Amino acid sequence: MTSRDVITLSVLLGVAVFLDVALIWGPTLASVLLSFTSWDGLSPIKPIGTRNYHAIFETYPLFWPAARHNLLWLAFLGLVATPLGLLLAVLLDKQIRFTRFYQSALFLPVVLSLAIVGFISQLVFSRDYGALNSVLGRGAHPVDWLGDPHLNIWVMMVAASWRHVGYVMILYLAGLKAVDQSLKESAAIDGANEVQTFFRVTFPTLRPVNIIVLVITVIEALRAFDIVYVVNSGRNGLELLSVLVFDNIVGEASRIGFGSALAVILFVICLGFIVVYLSRILRQEDQ
Amino acid sequence: MAQYPAGQSPAPSTVGHPSRRAVLRGSTLAAGAVTLPGLLAACGGGAGGDAGDKTVSFGSNHSDPVDKAAMEASLKAYEAKSGKTVKINTVSHNDFQTNISRYLQGNPDDVFSWFAGNRMQFFAKKGLAADISDIWQGFDGFTPALKAASTGEDNKQYFVPFYYYPWAVFYRKSVWQQRGYQAPKTWDEYRALAARMKSDGLIPISLGDKDGWPAMGTFDYIDMRLNGYDFHISLMAGKEDWTGPKVKGVFDTWKSILAYTQEAPNGRTWQEAANTLVNKQAGMHTLGMFVGQQFKPEELDDLDYFPYPVIDPANGQDAVEAPIDGFMVSKKAKNLAGAKDLMKFLAGPQAEDAFLKVFPSNVACHAKADTASYNALQKKAVELVSGAKHISQFMDRDTRPDFAQTVMIPAIQQFLGNPNDVDNILRSIEAQKKTIFAAE
Amino acid sequence: MTAVATSVEGFRRQAPRPARLLLHAFLALVSLGWLAPLALAVYASLRPYHETAEDGYFSLPRTLTLHYYASAWRDAELTKYFLNSLLIAVPGVVLTLFLASFVAFAITRVRLRFGVPLLVLFTAGNLLPPQIIVVPLYELFKRVPLPASMSDSLTLYDSYWGVIAIHVAFQTGFCVFVLANYMRTVPYEITEAARVDGAGVWLQYWRVILPLCRPALAALGTLEFTWMYNDFLWALVLMSTGDKMPVTSALNNLRGQFFTDYNLLAAGAVIVALPTMVVFFALQRQFIAGLTLGSSKG
Repeated sequence: MTSRDVITLSVLLGVAVFLDVALIWGPTLASVLLSFTSWDGLSPIKPIGTRNYHAIFETYPLFWPAARHNLLWLAFLGLVATPLGLLLAVLLDKQIRFTRFYQSALFLPVVLSLAIVGFISQLVFSRDYGALNSVLGRGAHPVDWLGDPHLNIWVMMVAASWRHVGYVMILYLAGLKAVDQSLKESAAIDGANEVQTFFRVTFPTLRPVNIIVLVITVIEALRAFDIVYVVNSGRNGLELLSVLVFDNIVGEASRIGFGSALAVILFVICLGFIVVYLSRILRQEDQ
Repeated sequence: MAQYPAGQSPAPSTVGHPSRRAVLRGSTLAAGAVTLPGLLAACGGGAGGDAGDKTVSFGSNHSDPVDKAAMEASLKAYEAKSGKTVKINTVSHNDFQTNISRYLQGNPDDVFSWFAGNRMQFFAKKGLAADISDIWQGFDGFTPALKAASTGEDNKQYFVPFYYYPWAVFYRKSVWQQRGYQAPKTWDEYRALAARMKSDGLIPISLGDKDGWPAMGTFDYIDMRLNGYDFHISLMAGKEDWTGPKVKGVFDTWKSILAYTQEAPNGRTWQEAANTLVNKQAGMHTLGMFVGQQFKPEELDDLDYFPYPVIDPANGQDAVEAPIDGFMVSKKAKNLAGAKDLMKFLAGPQAEDAFLKVFPSNVACHAKADTASYNALQKKAVELVSGAKHISQFMDRDTRPDFAQTVMIPAIQQFLGNPNDVDNILRSIEAQKKTIFAAE
Repeated sequence: MTAVATSVEGFRRQAPRPARLLLHAFLALVSLGWLAPLALAVYASLRPYHETAEDGYFSLPRTLTLHYYASAWRDAELTKYFLNSLLIAVPGVVLTLFLASFVAFAITRVRLRFGVPLLVLFTAGNLLPPQIIVVPLYELFKRVPLPASMSDSLTLYDSYWGVIAIHVAFQTGFCVFVLANYMRTVPYEITEAARVDGAGVWLQYWRVILPLCRPALAALGTLEFTWMYNDFLWALVLMSTGDKMPVTSALNNLRGQFFTDYNLLAAGAVIVALPTMVVFFALQRQFIAGLTLGSSKG
């Protein structure tokens, strides 16, 4: 390596690492420390040990439902939405007509802002005025899609999938472009049908994308926030950990110590996935 | 007083939106012409308008088009009168609220819009608001109740009240006339009327609580009617036991009208609920005066209301829930003298007249404000509030915002979803209240 | 599960077969299902609020008008806020993709001893819930001074620089991760050959690897642009001047303190969604450009 190479590497890597450490990891560490305090953002910070954590596990009634909803969310995205996104990407990767129309239609929900997603949920799922009850002919016995705490989380997961499928499709589509066509051709010549070709040839070469999609699915599930927040601020059956954190520290309520403790719990769950991923990479590098 | 002849309003009511959009055209024209150099200056301009004493900055949460035009009209009147310049920084209403504490610590404007009650006191206590007792001494036209609502825990004034909007039980006069309903005075009459409406095929009491706050109004009223204003405020301050018989009584009383309340409120926005009133499917609706915005302007004359009924005669109807919006001066104000001068103007009737002319959904706080152009609802509101011994500010303003947001909203929604679980709900509120109020 | 092998290159100009029709039927059905809610929103934005409030959203129209689009554009002053959003999102996306692709390149192509820890640092950083860093970040930004020529607030708080910086820092993690995985699919021999020809690190990155990553960069560019453009959290907590806010928060200006004309809001939201659509269509060509890339390999 020449000294110019060393300079290029250290400057560009240095900037990236500096930003990451100063703006992401430093503040994260600070929040971990704050989680052991009571602070409203204004008065002096008061250390209170693990009291926030006790309060979360013992008296905060929203915590366990929220944690449960996050796991349910993960299962739904992972088992329903992600496979659907893959299927659609594979179908769209064929040389078919109208593919740009199909791609655009599926990707559209991804680009929509929060405001319109909230409005659409109201349009479709409103008990009294929404389209779904009209289409199903439930005018006389309307289903309370958004207000029934046993039902609304499922409605929201379907709505979240509406966007998630688009993400997954786009990533797989980019990945599929990198799959060697000649491999597929030779498999076809060997008499493999399309499904066999997919599982024997295409899917294994998609491994890097699979990891990406897996990570995205996990992130989306653990950090799911906006869709629920815009529908009813994440209450009444729609509690999620990220919403609880937001309510406690970002909103007007400034229970920063308490909210930080919630964030740390969410962080630790994320960390679980980070460790799994990390061990994967290390294994990969050993090979 | 429920029989007040509301139809004789001298001015055509204009609370509905579309008719007032015309006002905006002029005011947004100037702002529409944005050039690229001007844009970059916004990101890299000089050190703002704090240089001269001629400019006061004003942080406004009056963000929706009509509201914004009203605020601009009011501030223009100040500019014309004083020859000074007001730099308005408008942030969307909800975002302003979410951000308030960061805003006040960061780079706040000299004067900012805010709410009376605990929410005002909180920032006064934390030293983020400037004491304006000196100019308050010169104010006239505010009732003692309004002064109290502007006063912090240290007995100094921090707030200038601007307008209020009372809460009551709303109905359509045409529906009531057709069926011969009379406004109820007592709880029993209220329930009897609701029962009659039900048998007439109406939804007696419409309710939408998807956003969590509208049902708080019902809680506040039942508590104040049953246990009195003082208990209510003390409860809101975290000083009472939520598991005690008094609070339990509130929920039991509430339970006794749930059979007449529109079902599945947690999935319905207040606008959808108010709609059932507009469409003559519902008989009554407990909400703030802003419910009028859901009506078409030409139907607004048909809207009327009665004060929340008496539950315990000892308390009568002595308390009115009427949230007050107004202004404060930030502690970090760069132009304190200018800020106070602007506050003096905002505390006068002229500022309110200019505002309400554009946005007549509220009622001016100042006694000398021009009431001649009020519509029937506004006139009635004046009567309602001036006769009240106590003015409460609404739950999310009378208690800590974190308690209201993270504890009470979920608790009330849970109650509406499953009214038979009151004991568990109250135990949980009490436990959480202890952690939150202990943080003080 | 739907079709037999027909899509192999060289066979694709055949007449449509039942399987292909079935495929189209399936895709068309899914696409329409995906579009239906949006179509409903556009439909509602063309109808007066009082009409949908009376009849419900799923009803035949009495009036159809573009009035709401005009008033959303005018009342929310969208022009101004559009430019604000671009001031944040364009530098944000460019910087993110640049830094991330270089880091990914360094990790996968240069034999760095600390390559793996670096990858872990960035990826793990992106997995964090953003809310965890809000408060310390605010306290930090409040204390970092900037010259008046860079920010009229004189601090990183309430300046575009701060918002861009956090977007770049946060999103670099995700992009490093995606690009590193993508670059692994590019045969090692390609950079090796460039190195033998005497190309330095920069040339290997800029001339060899980056062009090969076009499909991935296009996909990421689209996603990152939509994320940064639609973001409201960072602008909300790190800015306080209304006139500097991005367009997402300007949309909130169409909400009243209590009353919101949802049909007006829908019209505004449709307008706001247009730029991200444009980006998607512009970059869709790049996805398709990836086709030739795939076949030239091997």
